Amino acid sequence: MSLIVDHISYIYGKDTGTPIEALKDVSLSIPDGQFIGIIGHTGSGKSTLMQHLNGLEKASSGTIYFNGEDVYEKGYNLKNLRSKVGLVFQYPEHQLFAETVFADVCYGPKNLGLSKSDCELRAYDALRKVGFPEDLIFTSPFELSGGQKRRAAIAGVLAMKPEVLILDEPTAGLDPKGRDEILTQIKKLQKEENMTILLVSHSMEDVAEYVDRIVVLNEGKIFLDNTPKEVFRHYKELEEIGLSAPQVTYIMHDLADAGLNVRCDVTTVSEAADEIVRALSR
Amino acid sequence: MLRDITLGQYYQTESVIHRLDPRVKLLGTILFFISLFCFSNPAGYAIALLFLAAVIITTHVPFSYMIKGMKTIVVLIIITVVINLFMTQGDVVVEFWKFKITKQGIVMAVQIFFRIAMLIVGSSIMTLTTTPNHLTDGMERGLRFLKVIKVPVHEIAMMMSIALRFIPILLEETDKIMKAQLARGADLESGNIFKRIKAMVPILVPLFISSFRRANDLASAMEARCYRGGEGRTKMKPLKYTSRDAVAYLVLFAYMVVSISVGRLDALKIM
Ligand SMILES: Nc1ncnc2c1ncn2[C@@H]1O[C@H](COP(=O)(O)OP(=O)(O)OP(=O)(O)O)[C@@H](O)[C@H]1O
Ligand SMILES: [Mg+2]
Repeated sequence: MSLIVDHISYIYGKDTGTPIEALKDVSLSIPDGQFIGIIGHTGSGKSTLMQHLNGLEKASSGTIYFNGEDVYEKGYNLKNLRSKVGLVFQYPEHQLFAETVFADVCYGPKNLGLSKSDCELRAYDALRKVGFPEDLIFTSPFELSGGQKRRAAIAGVLAMKPEVLILDEPTAGLDPKGRDEILTQIKKLQKEENMTILLVSHSMEDVAEYVDRIVVLNEGKIFLDNTPKEVFRHYKELEEIGLSAPQVTYIMHDLADAGLNVRCDVTTVSEAADEIVRALSR
Repeated sequence: MLRDITLGQYYQTESVIHRLDPRVKLLGTILFFISLFCFSNPAGYAIALLFLAAVIITTHVPFSYMIKGMKTIVVLIIITVVINLFMTQGDVVVEFWKFKITKQGIVMAVQIFFRIAMLIVGSSIMTLTTTPNHLTDGMERGLRFLKVIKVPVHEIAMMMSIALRFIPILLEETDKIMKAQLARGADLESGNIFKRIKAMVPILVPLFISSFRRANDLASAMEARCYRGGEGRTKMKPLKYTSRDAVAYLVLFAYMVVSISVGRLDALKIM
Protein backbone atom coordinates (compact mmCIF):
# COMPACT_ATOMS: atom_id res chain seq x y z
CA MET A 1 0.00 0.00 0.00
CA SER A 2 2.00 2.94 -1.19
CA LEU A 3 2.69 5.38 -3.96
CA ILE A 4 5.74 4.77 -6.11
CA VAL A 5 7.06 7.20 -8.68
CA ASP A 6 9.22 5.33 -11.13
CA HIS A 7 11.63 7.40 -13.21
CA ILE A 8 9.15 9.93 -14.57
CA SER A 9 9.98 12.84 -16.85
CA TYR A 10 7.59 15.49 -18.05
CA ILE A 11 7.82 18.12 -20.77
CA TYR A 12 5.41 21.05 -21.06
CA GLY A 13 4.48 22.20 -24.57
CA LYS A 14 6.14 19.25 -26.24
CA ASP A 15 5.27 20.22 -29.80
CA THR A 16 5.33 23.98 -29.56
CA GLY A 17 8.35 26.12 -30.28
CA THR A 18 9.45 26.29 -26.65
CA PRO A 19 9.29 22.99 -24.75
CA ILE A 20 10.02 23.14 -21.02
CA GLU A 21 11.46 20.11 -19.29
CA ALA A 22 9.70 20.35 -15.93
CA LEU A 23 10.61 16.95 -14.50
CA LYS A 24 13.72 14.93 -15.22
CA ASP A 25 13.89 11.29 -14.23
CA VAL A 26 12.22 11.64 -10.83
CA SER A 27 11.84 8.58 -8.60
CA LEU A 28 10.19 8.53 -5.19
CA SER A 29 8.75 5.95 -2.89
CA ILE A 30 6.03 7.17 -0.57
CA PRO A 31 5.14 4.70 2.16
CA ASP A 32 1.87 4.87 4.08
CA GLY A 33 1.52 7.27 6.96
CA GLN A 34 4.60 9.36 6.26
CA PHE A 35 4.62 13.16 6.40
CA ILE A 36 6.83 14.39 3.57
CA GLY A 37 7.90 17.95 2.84
CA ILE A 38 8.55 18.76 -0.83
CA ILE A 39 10.82 21.76 -1.03
CA GLY A 40 12.19 23.60 -4.01
CA HIS A 41 12.83 26.95 -5.54
CA THR A 42 10.15 28.61 -7.72
CA GLY A 43 9.80 26.68 -10.96
CA SER A 44 11.61 23.60 -9.69
CA GLY A 45 8.69 21.36 -10.67
CA LYS A 46 6.97 20.80 -7.33
CA SER A 47 3.44 21.49 -8.53
CA THR A 48 4.04 19.52 -11.70
CA LEU A 49 5.19 16.49 -9.75
CA MET A 50 2.18 16.70 -7.42
CA GLN A 51 -0.21 16.76 -10.37
CA HIS A 52 1.32 13.53 -11.58
CA LEU A 53 0.61 11.78 -8.32
CA ASN A 54 -3.15 11.86 -8.84
CA GLY A 55 -3.08 11.38 -12.59
CA LEU A 56 -3.93 14.93 -13.71
CA GLU A 57 -0.81 15.06 -15.82
CA LYS A 58 0.58 12.06 -17.64
CA ALA A 59 4.33 11.61 -17.55
CA SER A 60 6.17 11.75 -20.88
CA SER A 61 8.14 8.72 -19.74
CA GLY A 62 8.24 6.55 -16.66
CA THR A 63 5.27 5.46 -14.61
CA ILE A 64 3.51 5.67 -11.26
CA TYR A 65 2.29 2.78 -9.12
CA PHE A 66 -0.49 3.22 -6.61
CA ASN A 67 -1.00 0.26 -4.28
CA GLY A 68 0.92 -1.90 -6.71
CA GLU A 69 -1.06 -0.97 -9.81
CA ASP A 70 0.33 0.95 -12.76
CA VAL A 71 -1.88 4.05 -13.06
CA TYR A 72 -1.06 4.51 -16.75
CA GLU A 73 -2.33 1.06 -17.61
CA LYS A 74 -5.26 1.04 -20.00
CA GLY A 75 -8.56 0.97 -18.17
CA TYR A 76 -7.12 2.10 -14.85
CA ASN A 77 -9.79 4.03 -12.95
CA LEU A 78 -8.28 7.50 -12.64
CA LYS A 79 -11.36 8.85 -10.90
CA ASN A 80 -10.81 6.31 -8.17
CA LEU A 81 -7.16 7.30 -7.93
CA ARG A 82 -8.16 10.93 -7.52
CA SER A 83 -10.48 10.10 -4.68
CA LYS A 84 -7.69 8.20 -2.90
CA VAL A 85 -4.97 10.75 -3.57
CA GLY A 86 -6.44 14.13 -2.63
CA LEU A 87 -4.71 17.18 -4.06
CA VAL A 88 -5.18 20.66 -2.68
CA PHE A 89 -3.92 23.06 -5.33
CA GLN A 90 -1.77 26.10 -4.90
CA TYR A 91 -4.23 28.95 -4.17
CA PRO A 92 -7.14 26.51 -3.86
CA GLU A 93 -9.53 29.34 -2.98
CA HIS A 94 -9.83 29.98 -6.71
CA GLN A 95 -11.79 26.79 -7.19
CA LEU A 96 -14.69 27.65 -4.85
CA PHE A 97 -17.94 27.94 -6.74
CA ALA A 98 -21.05 26.96 -4.78
CA GLU A 99 -23.57 29.24 -3.06
CA THR A 100 -22.44 28.25 0.40
CA VAL A 101 -19.22 26.96 1.88
CA PHE A 102 -21.06 23.87 3.00
CA ALA A 103 -22.35 23.07 -0.49
CA ASP A 104 -18.87 23.59 -1.88
CA VAL A 105 -17.31 21.14 0.55
CA CYS A 106 -20.07 18.65 -0.32
CA TYR A 107 -19.08 18.74 -3.99
CA GLY A 108 -16.21 16.24 -3.65
CA PRO A 109 -18.08 13.57 -1.66
CA LYS A 110 -21.09 14.02 -3.95
CA ASN A 111 -18.88 13.19 -6.93
CA LEU A 112 -17.93 9.98 -5.16
CA GLY A 113 -21.59 8.99 -5.34
CA LEU A 114 -22.27 9.12 -1.60
CA SER A 115 -25.74 9.70 -0.18
CA LYS A 116 -26.77 13.22 0.80
CA SER A 117 -26.53 12.62 4.52
CA ASP A 118 -23.11 10.99 4.17
CA CYS A 119 -21.87 13.95 2.12
CA GLU A 120 -23.11 16.38 4.73
CA LEU A 121 -21.60 14.46 7.61
CA ARG A 122 -18.26 14.36 5.86
CA ALA A 123 -18.43 18.02 4.92
CA TYR A 124 -19.21 19.04 8.47
CA ASP A 125 -16.45 16.82 9.80
CA ALA A 126 -13.90 18.17 7.32
CA LEU A 127 -14.76 21.80 8.08
CA ARG A 128 -14.35 21.12 11.77
CA LYS A 129 -10.98 19.44 11.22
CA VAL A 130 -9.53 22.44 9.39
CA GLY A 131 -10.79 24.78 12.08
CA PHE A 132 -13.29 26.61 9.93
CA PRO A 133 -15.45 29.03 11.99
CA GLU A 134 -18.77 27.33 12.50
CA ASP A 135 -20.94 30.43 12.14
CA LEU A 136 -19.68 30.97 8.59
CA ILE A 137 -20.50 27.54 7.22
CA PHE A 138 -23.60 28.70 5.37
CA THR A 139 -22.27 31.98 3.98
CA SER A 140 -21.09 32.45 0.43
CA PRO A 141 -17.48 31.35 -0.10
CA PHE A 142 -16.85 34.64 -1.88
CA GLU A 143 -17.46 36.66 1.27
CA LEU A 144 -14.70 34.99 3.26
CA SER A 145 -11.22 36.21 4.06
CA GLY A 146 -8.27 34.64 2.28
CA GLY A 147 -7.39 32.33 5.16
CA GLN A 148 -10.99 31.22 5.60
CA LYS A 149 -11.28 30.48 1.89
CA ARG A 150 -8.10 28.45 2.09
CA ARG A 151 -9.53 26.37 4.92
CA ALA A 152 -12.79 25.84 3.07
CA ALA A 153 -10.89 24.65 0.00
CA ILE A 154 -8.74 22.27 2.03
CA ALA A 155 -11.89 20.91 3.66
CA GLY A 156 -13.31 20.35 0.18
CA VAL A 157 -10.57 17.82 -0.49
CA LEU A 158 -10.48 16.38 3.02
CA ALA A 159 -14.18 15.57 2.80
CA MET A 160 -13.33 12.97 0.18
CA LYS A 161 -11.36 11.10 2.86
CA PRO A 162 -8.27 10.50 0.75
CA GLU A 163 -5.59 8.04 1.83
CA VAL A 164 -2.89 10.38 0.62
CA LEU A 165 -3.29 14.12 1.05
CA ILE A 166 -1.17 16.45 -1.05
CA LEU A 167 -1.10 20.13 -0.18
CA ASP A 168 0.56 22.53 -2.60
CA GLU A 169 1.76 25.48 -0.53
CA PRO A 170 -1.25 25.50 1.77
CA THR A 171 0.19 28.30 3.86
CA ALA A 172 1.31 30.75 1.17
CA GLY A 173 0.07 34.21 2.03
CA LEU A 174 -1.24 33.30 5.49
CA ASP A 175 -0.25 35.00 8.74
CA PRO A 176 2.04 33.04 11.12
CA LYS A 177 -0.84 32.09 13.40
CA GLY A 178 -2.99 30.81 10.55
CA ARG A 179 -0.02 28.95 9.15
CA ASP A 180 0.75 27.20 12.44
CA GLU A 181 -2.90 26.33 12.92
CA ILE A 182 -3.25 24.74 9.51
CA LEU A 183 0.02 22.83 9.77
CA THR A 184 -0.88 21.58 13.23
CA GLN A 185 -4.24 20.35 11.96
CA ILE A 186 -2.51 18.56 9.12
CA LYS A 187 -0.03 16.94 11.49
CA LYS A 188 -3.00 15.76 13.53
CA LEU A 189 -4.52 14.11 10.46
CA GLN A 190 -1.35 12.16 9.97
CA LYS A 191 -1.18 11.12 13.61
CA GLU A 192 -4.84 10.32 14.19
CA GLU A 193 -5.96 8.96 10.85
CA ASN A 194 -2.63 7.65 9.61
CA MET A 195 -3.01 9.72 6.46
CA THR A 196 0.01 10.02 4.19
CA ILE A 197 0.78 13.72 3.77
CA LEU A 198 2.82 15.51 1.13
CA LEU A 199 3.36 19.15 1.87
CA VAL A 200 4.82 21.42 -0.78
CA SER A 201 6.62 24.50 0.41
CA HIS A 202 9.28 27.05 -0.37
CA SER A 203 10.38 27.30 3.16
CA MET A 204 12.33 24.84 5.27
CA GLU A 205 11.36 26.80 8.33
CA ASP A 206 7.68 25.98 7.80
CA VAL A 207 8.06 22.28 7.40
CA ALA A 208 11.01 21.41 9.64
CA GLU A 209 8.85 21.01 12.72
CA TYR A 210 6.25 18.81 11.15
CA VAL A 211 7.70 16.46 8.57
CA ASP A 212 9.41 13.07 8.83
CA ARG A 213 11.23 13.42 5.57
CA ILE A 214 12.21 16.18 3.15
CA VAL A 215 12.49 15.87 -0.62
CA VAL A 216 14.36 18.76 -2.22
CA LEU A 217 13.66 19.40 -5.90
CA ASN A 218 15.95 21.47 -8.05
CA GLU A 219 15.36 22.18 -11.74
CA GLY A 220 13.10 19.16 -12.11
CA LYS A 221 15.44 16.72 -10.41
CA ILE A 222 15.56 15.31 -6.91
CA PHE A 223 18.42 17.03 -5.15
CA LEU A 224 18.12 15.57 -1.66
CA ASP A 225 15.75 13.07 -0.10
CA ASN A 226 16.28 12.39 3.58
CA THR A 227 15.24 13.19 7.15
CA PRO A 228 15.20 16.91 8.06
CA LYS A 229 18.35 16.55 10.16
CA GLU A 230 20.30 15.02 7.28
CA VAL A 231 18.95 17.50 4.75
CA PHE A 232 19.88 20.54 6.86
CA ARG A 233 23.39 19.21 7.22
CA HIS A 234 23.75 20.23 3.57
CA TYR A 235 22.76 23.82 4.27
CA LYS A 236 25.60 25.20 2.16
CA GLU A 237 24.44 23.28 -0.91
CA LEU A 238 20.86 24.32 -0.25
CA GLU A 239 21.94 27.92 -0.38
CA GLU A 240 23.50 27.37 -3.77
CA ILE A 241 20.14 26.33 -5.21
CA GLY A 242 18.35 29.30 -3.71
CA LEU A 243 16.99 27.67 -0.58
CA SER A 244 17.97 28.05 3.02
CA ALA A 245 17.98 25.94 6.12
CA PRO A 246 15.94 27.06 9.13
CA GLN A 247 17.43 29.95 11.07
CA VAL A 248 18.25 27.72 14.03
CA THR A 249 20.62 25.74 11.83
CA TYR A 250 22.60 28.90 11.14
CA ILE A 251 22.57 29.99 14.76
CA MET A 252 23.79 26.61 15.95
CA HIS A 253 26.55 26.55 13.37
CA ASP A 254 27.61 30.06 14.36
CA LEU A 255 27.59 29.11 18.03
CA ALA A 256 29.66 26.03 17.29
CA ASP A 257 32.11 28.12 15.28
CA ALA A 258 32.31 30.54 18.21
CA GLY A 259 33.44 27.68 20.41
CA LEU A 260 30.24 26.63 22.18
CA ASN A 261 29.94 22.89 22.28
CA VAL A 262 26.48 22.39 20.75
CA ARG A 263 25.05 19.84 18.34
CA CYS A 264 24.23 21.47 15.01
CA ASP A 265 21.60 19.05 13.76
CA VAL A 266 18.63 20.43 15.67
CA THR A 267 15.65 21.37 13.54
CA THR A 268 13.26 23.35 15.69
CA VAL A 269 13.53 26.39 17.92
CA SER A 270 12.59 24.52 21.11
CA GLU A 271 15.15 21.79 20.39
CA ALA A 272 17.74 24.48 19.83
CA ALA A 273 16.86 26.21 23.09
CA ASP A 274 17.21 22.96 25.02
CA GLU A 275 20.51 22.23 23.34
CA ILE A 276 21.94 25.68 24.15
CA VAL A 277 20.80 25.44 27.77
CA ARG A 278 22.39 21.99 27.99
CA ALA A 279 25.67 23.24 26.49
CA LEU A 280 25.81 26.28 28.77
CA SER A 281 25.01 24.44 31.99
CA ARG A 282 27.86 22.02 31.50
CA MET B 1 -5.73 19.90 -22.42
CA LEU B 2 -6.74 23.40 -23.44
CA ARG B 3 -3.18 24.45 -23.97
CA ASP B 4 -3.29 22.80 -27.38
CA ILE B 5 -5.49 25.46 -28.96
CA THR B 6 -3.18 27.33 -31.28
CA LEU B 7 -5.48 28.98 -33.78
CA GLY B 8 -4.34 32.52 -34.28
CA GLN B 9 -1.68 32.57 -31.62
CA TYR B 10 1.62 34.23 -32.29
CA TYR B 11 4.38 31.87 -33.40
CA GLN B 12 7.82 33.12 -32.50
CA THR B 13 10.37 32.75 -35.27
CA GLU B 14 12.53 34.82 -37.57
CA SER B 15 11.16 35.81 -41.00
CA VAL B 16 10.61 38.78 -43.28
CA ILE B 17 6.87 38.51 -42.77
CA HIS B 18 7.32 38.72 -39.00
CA ARG B 19 9.26 41.94 -39.37
CA LEU B 20 6.83 43.66 -41.71
CA ASP B 21 4.94 46.68 -40.44
CA PRO B 22 1.60 45.46 -39.06
CA ARG B 23 -0.25 47.93 -41.28
CA VAL B 24 1.11 46.16 -44.36
CA LYS B 25 -0.09 42.84 -43.03
CA LEU B 26 -3.51 44.20 -42.12
CA LEU B 27 -4.07 45.86 -45.47
CA GLY B 28 -2.59 42.83 -47.22
CA THR B 29 -5.02 40.51 -45.48
CA ILE B 30 -7.98 42.72 -46.33
CA LEU B 31 -6.93 43.02 -49.98
CA PHE B 32 -6.38 39.29 -50.17
CA PHE B 33 -9.92 38.74 -48.87
CA ILE B 34 -11.32 41.16 -51.41
CA SER B 35 -9.46 39.45 -54.23
CA LEU B 36 -11.00 36.11 -53.24
CA PHE B 37 -14.45 37.50 -53.92
CA CYS B 38 -13.56 39.00 -57.30
CA PHE B 39 -12.67 35.81 -59.12
CA SER B 40 -15.06 34.30 -61.61
CA ASN B 41 -12.82 31.54 -62.98
CA PRO B 42 -10.51 28.85 -61.50
CA ALA B 43 -7.35 30.60 -62.68
CA GLY B 44 -7.89 33.36 -60.12
CA TYR B 45 -8.08 30.83 -57.29
CA ALA B 46 -4.98 29.10 -58.58
CA ILE B 47 -3.04 32.36 -58.46
CA ALA B 48 -4.34 33.12 -54.97
CA LEU B 49 -3.32 29.65 -53.84
CA LEU B 50 0.18 30.08 -55.25
CA PHE B 51 0.50 33.48 -53.60
CA LEU B 52 -0.68 32.10 -50.28
CA ALA B 53 1.72 29.16 -50.53
CA ALA B 54 4.61 31.53 -51.24
CA VAL B 55 3.71 33.64 -48.21
CA ILE B 56 3.37 30.59 -45.98
CA ILE B 57 6.83 29.42 -46.99
CA THR B 58 8.27 32.85 -46.29
CA THR B 59 6.81 32.99 -42.79
CA HIS B 60 8.89 29.99 -41.62
CA VAL B 61 5.91 28.85 -39.53
CA PRO B 62 5.55 25.07 -39.91
CA PHE B 63 2.45 24.34 -41.99
CA SER B 64 1.48 21.52 -39.64
CA TYR B 65 1.46 24.00 -36.75
CA MET B 66 -0.63 26.40 -38.79
CA ILE B 67 -3.42 23.93 -39.51
CA LYS B 68 -3.28 22.11 -36.20
CA GLY B 69 -5.60 24.58 -34.54
CA MET B 70 -8.09 24.45 -37.37
CA LYS B 71 -9.72 21.14 -36.65
CA THR B 72 -12.71 22.84 -35.06
CA ILE B 73 -13.31 24.97 -38.10
CA VAL B 74 -13.37 22.00 -40.45
CA VAL B 75 -16.92 21.28 -39.30
CA LEU B 76 -17.98 24.76 -40.30
CA ILE B 77 -16.40 24.39 -43.73
CA ILE B 78 -18.03 21.02 -44.31
CA ILE B 79 -21.49 22.32 -43.38
CA THR B 80 -21.18 25.33 -45.67
CA VAL B 81 -19.90 23.22 -48.54
CA VAL B 82 -22.65 20.63 -48.13
CA ILE B 83 -25.38 23.25 -47.97
CA ASN B 84 -24.10 24.83 -51.16
CA LEU B 85 -23.79 21.49 -52.85
CA PHE B 86 -27.42 20.54 -52.30
CA MET B 87 -29.20 23.86 -52.24
CA THR B 88 -28.05 25.40 -55.53
CA GLN B 89 -30.61 25.28 -58.34
CA GLY B 90 -29.56 24.41 -61.92
CA ASP B 91 -28.80 21.51 -64.25
CA VAL B 92 -29.19 18.26 -62.32
CA VAL B 93 -26.20 15.91 -62.45
CA VAL B 94 -27.06 13.32 -59.80
CA GLU B 95 -30.37 12.75 -58.11
CA PHE B 96 -31.20 10.44 -55.22
CA TRP B 97 -34.15 10.30 -52.84
CA LYS B 98 -35.00 13.96 -52.13
CA PHE B 99 -31.58 15.37 -52.96
CA LYS B 100 -30.38 16.83 -56.21
CA ILE B 101 -26.82 17.75 -57.01
CA THR B 102 -26.52 20.29 -59.76
CA LYS B 103 -23.59 21.30 -61.89
CA GLN B 104 -23.86 24.82 -60.50
CA GLY B 105 -23.97 23.35 -57.02
CA ILE B 106 -20.69 21.51 -57.48
CA VAL B 107 -18.96 24.58 -58.86
CA MET B 108 -20.37 26.69 -56.03
CA ALA B 109 -19.30 24.19 -53.36
CA VAL B 110 -15.75 23.96 -54.66
CA GLN B 111 -15.55 27.72 -54.90
CA ILE B 112 -16.87 28.21 -51.35
CA PHE B 113 -14.47 25.62 -50.04
CA PHE B 114 -11.46 27.41 -51.48
CA ARG B 115 -12.73 30.78 -50.36
CA ILE B 116 -13.28 29.81 -46.74
CA ALA B 117 -10.10 27.76 -46.48
CA MET B 118 -8.00 30.59 -47.89
CA LEU B 119 -9.79 33.18 -45.77
CA ILE B 120 -8.93 31.24 -42.63
CA VAL B 121 -5.36 30.45 -43.56
CA GLY B 122 -4.88 34.04 -44.76
CA SER B 123 -6.05 35.58 -41.52
CA SER B 124 -4.16 33.11 -39.36
CA ILE B 125 -0.97 34.07 -41.16
CA MET B 126 -1.48 37.58 -39.91
CA THR B 127 -2.01 36.56 -36.29
CA LEU B 128 0.72 33.92 -36.38
CA THR B 129 3.35 36.40 -37.50
CA THR B 130 2.27 39.51 -35.61
CA THR B 131 2.22 39.91 -31.84
CA PRO B 132 -1.16 41.07 -30.53
CA ASN B 133 0.40 44.34 -29.40
CA HIS B 134 1.83 45.02 -32.81
CA LEU B 135 -1.45 44.12 -34.43
CA THR B 136 -3.51 46.55 -32.43
CA ASP B 137 -0.82 49.20 -32.85
CA GLY B 138 -1.14 48.79 -36.58
CA MET B 139 -4.90 48.94 -36.36
CA GLU B 140 -4.82 52.05 -34.27
CA ARG B 141 -2.46 53.78 -36.67
CA GLY B 142 -4.20 52.54 -39.78
CA LEU B 143 -7.66 53.57 -38.64
CA ARG B 144 -6.63 56.89 -37.18
CA PHE B 145 -8.56 58.76 -39.87
CA LEU B 146 -11.80 57.49 -38.31
CA LYS B 147 -11.19 59.81 -35.37
CA VAL B 148 -12.57 62.59 -37.52
CA ILE B 149 -16.01 61.05 -37.26
CA LYS B 150 -15.57 60.53 -33.50
CA VAL B 151 -14.76 56.82 -33.52
CA PRO B 152 -12.75 56.11 -30.33
CA VAL B 153 -9.98 54.34 -32.25
CA HIS B 154 -7.47 54.28 -29.42
CA GLU B 155 -9.94 52.89 -26.91
CA ILE B 156 -11.08 50.17 -29.29
CA ALA B 157 -7.48 49.21 -30.01
CA MET B 158 -6.68 49.12 -26.30
CA MET B 159 -9.68 46.91 -25.59
CA MET B 160 -8.65 44.58 -28.38
CA SER B 161 -5.09 44.26 -27.21
CA ILE B 162 -6.24 43.56 -23.66
CA ALA B 163 -8.72 40.97 -24.90
CA LEU B 164 -6.06 39.27 -27.02
CA ARG B 165 -3.58 39.35 -24.18
CA PHE B 166 -6.10 37.67 -21.90
CA ILE B 167 -6.87 34.71 -24.15
CA PRO B 168 -3.84 32.63 -23.14
CA ILE B 169 -4.22 33.68 -19.50
CA LEU B 170 -7.84 32.59 -19.45
CA LEU B 171 -6.99 29.31 -21.14
CA GLU B 172 -4.36 28.64 -18.53
CA GLU B 173 -6.78 29.58 -15.78
CA THR B 174 -9.47 27.30 -17.20
CA ASP B 175 -6.94 24.51 -17.32
CA LYS B 176 -6.04 25.08 -13.70
CA ILE B 177 -9.64 25.22 -12.46
CA MET B 178 -10.55 22.17 -14.50
CA LYS B 179 -7.73 20.25 -12.89
CA ALA B 180 -8.72 21.43 -9.44
CA GLN B 181 -12.29 20.20 -9.93
CA LEU B 182 -11.11 16.96 -11.52
CA ALA B 183 -9.06 16.44 -8.38
CA ARG B 184 -12.32 16.69 -6.47
CA GLY B 185 -13.83 13.95 -8.58
CA ALA B 186 -15.59 16.08 -11.20
CA ASP B 187 -16.79 14.05 -14.17
CA LEU B 188 -16.73 16.17 -17.30
CA GLU B 189 -16.79 13.48 -19.91
CA SER B 190 -19.73 11.20 -19.34
CA GLY B 191 -23.50 11.62 -19.30
CA ASN B 192 -25.90 13.34 -21.66
CA ILE B 193 -25.63 16.93 -22.81
CA PHE B 194 -27.56 18.38 -19.85
CA LYS B 195 -25.43 16.49 -17.37
CA ARG B 196 -22.30 17.78 -19.05
CA ILE B 197 -23.49 21.36 -19.05
CA LYS B 198 -24.29 21.03 -15.38
CA ALA B 199 -20.84 19.60 -14.77
CA MET B 200 -19.35 22.76 -16.28
CA VAL B 201 -20.83 25.02 -13.58
CA PRO B 202 -18.02 24.38 -11.07
CA ILE B 203 -15.58 25.44 -13.76
CA LEU B 204 -17.41 28.43 -15.18
CA VAL B 205 -18.27 30.12 -11.88
CA PRO B 206 -14.68 30.39 -10.64
CA LEU B 207 -13.58 31.34 -14.13
CA PHE B 208 -16.02 34.25 -14.30
CA ILE B 209 -15.10 35.38 -10.84
CA SER B 210 -11.41 35.34 -11.57
CA SER B 211 -11.98 37.19 -14.85
CA PHE B 212 -13.80 39.96 -13.03
CA ARG B 213 -11.09 40.07 -10.41
CA ARG B 214 -8.41 40.29 -13.09
CA ALA B 215 -10.27 42.98 -15.00
CA ASN B 216 -10.64 44.96 -11.83
CA ASP B 217 -6.97 44.59 -10.93
CA LEU B 218 -5.88 45.56 -14.40
CA ALA B 219 -8.06 48.67 -14.38
CA SER B 220 -6.61 49.73 -11.03
CA ALA B 221 -3.08 49.07 -12.24
CA MET B 222 -3.69 51.19 -15.35
CA GLU B 223 -5.19 54.02 -13.32
CA ALA B 224 -2.29 53.85 -10.88
CA ARG B 225 0.02 54.49 -13.83
CA CYS B 226 -2.06 57.44 -14.93
CA TYR B 227 -3.67 55.92 -17.98
CA ARG B 228 -6.33 58.30 -19.23
CA GLY B 229 -7.16 57.25 -22.76
CA GLY B 230 -5.48 58.08 -26.04
CA GLU B 231 -5.40 61.87 -25.71
CA GLY B 232 -1.81 63.08 -25.87
CA ARG B 233 -0.42 59.58 -25.50
CA THR B 234 2.84 58.83 -27.29
CA LYS B 235 4.41 55.50 -28.18
CA MET B 236 7.73 54.13 -27.04
CA LYS B 237 8.16 52.42 -30.40
CA PRO B 238 6.19 54.37 -32.99
CA LEU B 239 5.46 52.46 -36.19
CA LYS B 240 7.71 53.45 -39.08
CA TYR B 241 7.63 52.20 -42.65
CA THR B 242 10.91 50.84 -44.04
CA SER B 243 11.99 49.83 -47.54
CA ARG B 244 10.92 46.29 -46.72
CA ASP B 245 7.35 47.49 -46.36
CA ALA B 246 7.50 49.34 -49.66
CA VAL B 247 8.56 46.14 -51.40
CA ALA B 248 5.72 44.29 -49.69
CA TYR B 249 3.21 46.85 -50.90
CA LEU B 250 4.55 46.48 -54.45
CA VAL B 251 4.25 42.70 -54.31
CA LEU B 252 0.74 43.06 -52.97
CA PHE B 253 -0.18 45.49 -55.72
CA ALA B 254 1.22 43.18 -58.37
CA TYR B 255 -0.73 40.27 -56.90
CA MET B 256 -3.98 42.23 -56.91
CA VAL B 257 -3.58 43.37 -60.52
CA VAL B 258 -2.56 39.98 -61.87
CA SER B 259 -4.99 37.83 -59.91
CA ILE B 260 -8.04 39.99 -60.49
CA SER B 261 -7.42 40.65 -64.15
CA VAL B 262 -6.74 36.97 -64.83
CA GLY B 263 -9.43 35.82 -62.40
CA ARG B 264 -12.11 37.75 -64.26
CA LEU B 265 -11.22 36.64 -67.81
CA ASP B 266 -14.38 35.21 -69.33
CA ALA B 267 -12.38 32.95 -71.61
CA LEU B 268 -11.20 30.86 -68.65
CA LYS B 269 -14.65 30.39 -67.17
CA ILE B 270 -15.88 26.82 -66.85
CA MET B 271 -19.50 27.79 -66.66
N1 LIG C 1 0.90 25.05 -17.67
C1 LIG C 1 2.20 25.15 -17.96
N2 LIG C 1 2.61 25.32 -19.24
C2 LIG C 1 3.91 25.41 -19.54
N3 LIG C 1 4.90 25.37 -18.65
C3 LIG C 1 4.58 25.21 -17.36
C4 LIG C 1 3.20 25.10 -16.94
N4 LIG C 1 3.18 24.95 -15.60
C5 LIG C 1 4.47 24.98 -15.21
N5 LIG C 1 5.31 25.14 -16.25
C6 LIG C 1 6.78 25.19 -16.18
O1 LIG C 1 7.26 24.03 -15.54
C7 LIG C 1 8.27 24.33 -14.60
C8 LIG C 1 7.89 23.81 -13.24
O2 LIG C 1 6.72 24.47 -12.80
P1 LIG C 1 5.98 24.15 -11.44
O3 LIG C 1 4.69 24.88 -11.44
O4 LIG C 1 5.92 22.69 -11.25
O5 LIG C 1 6.98 24.81 -10.40
P2 LIG C 1 6.85 24.93 -8.81
O6 LIG C 1 8.03 24.23 -8.25
O7 LIG C 1 5.51 24.49 -8.37
O8 LIG C 1 7.02 26.49 -8.60
P3 LIG C 1 6.33 27.45 -7.51
O9 LIG C 1 7.10 27.27 -6.26
O10 LIG C 1 6.52 28.80 -8.09
O11 LIG C 1 4.90 27.05 -7.40
C9 LIG C 1 8.46 25.84 -14.65
O12 LIG C 1 9.62 26.10 -15.40
C10 LIG C 1 7.24 26.36 -15.35
O13 LIG C 1 7.58 27.46 -16.15
MG1 LIG D 1 3.87 25.40 -7.55
